[in-house]
Amino acid sequence: MDSETSLTSVFAYRFFYRTDLRYFLFFSIKIDLIAVNKICYGDYTMDIKESLEEFKTVIFIPFSEGTSITFFGKEITGIDINETVIVSWVVMGILIGASLVLTRNLKQIPKGPQVFLEAMIEFVNNFSHEYFGHRAKVYGPYVGTVFLFLLIANLIPAISPLSVSAFHLEPPFTIKPPARDINFTAALAVLSIMIVLIGGLRARGIKGWVAKLFQPVPMMLPFNLLEYIVRPLSLCLRLFGNILGGFIIMLLIEEALPIPLVIPVVLSVYFDFFDGLIQAVVFTFLTTLFVSEAVEVEELSQ
Amino acid sequence: METNLLFLIGAGIAVIAGIGAGIGIGIATGGTAQAISRQPEASGKIMTVFFLGIALAEATAIYGFVIAILVFTKA
Repeated sequence: MDSETSLTSVFAYRFFYRTDLRYFLFFSIKIDLIAVNKICYGDYTMDIKESLEEFKTVIFIPFSEGTSITFFGKEITGIDINETVIVSWVVMGILIGASLVLTRNLKQIPKGPQVFLEAMIEFVNNFSHEYFGHRAKVYGPYVGTVFLFLLIANLIPAISPLSVSAFHLEPPFTIKPPARDINFTAALAVLSIMIVLIGGLRARGIKGWVAKLFQPVPMMLPFNLLEYIVRPLSLCLRLFGNILGGFIIMLLIEEALPIPLVIPVVLSVYFDFFDGLIQAVVFTFLTTLFVSEAVEVEELSQ
Repeated sequence: METNLLFLIGAGIAVIAGIGAGIGIGIATGGTAQAISRQPEASGKIMTVFFLGIALAEATAIYGFVIAILVFTKA
């Protein structure tokens, strides 16, 4: 990447790129552009500590004059809508749009995107049938949705455009992974444990649910109760820690490595793609296990 | 001594939690390799258990990392 024309074309392409296999090529170019930035402007640095704390407020909706809520000693005068919320709205928009577009005029003999769609739905159905049995219709859709949501949320930062300081261009937007905000992952974990609770109550009734707390021996009661706190906590922290760790490591690598081309590409494929995928799978899988455990054991005792 | 330095040292110590996770994942991977070589047809089920075990073993390292971040941002 030495001539200026190719740099411009790459920059243009990054804005209008489409998802395909060529994308892996662009990681090398992304790293190269950062190297160019560094050579042109030596003071290209990003404070790691600031990037941990900062969640920009995009929209602020104030309450009507004089109203405020006191919450845990803090006075709240309006609703903050920050980056994380916006990105997760975008992800939701993508999912809703895709489901509307892909399910339009379905055919008996699948063709094109419908083949892909049917394979995906088939996979989710088989998976949920294996774990939930006859309740697959109730809990399967939730699990599938969480998986798709997390997958897109973890992979979406890869499409954020770069700042190219050689042309004095600021990026119109940057996308950071929403899972690096602990509130995002905490919300998902709370949803999961609520599904576990409600599913357990619905499957056993209140009596059976309470009886299950004493299940192996009555002495296990505190541990069984503790599970309802520890499980969402560990779900939340696992996703948060992994994504944040990958994010910080990529920041450090992009700043610090002397050889800009080869090593960051490999690491970026790992930390941007593989890690996000694995964490989405692990979160979904653990949720599935917890729910199926809460729902299914009762059938054996019947 | 400066308190900042102490905070940084504390953050470093917290990340030592990664050792346990590394050993645990190593043992799990070794066990999985053995199990698959003994019974290749059961590899699907073994892999699901393996992923679950890895996720649980990894959690301790993540806790260490999160605590390190908490301490680090205090510095």
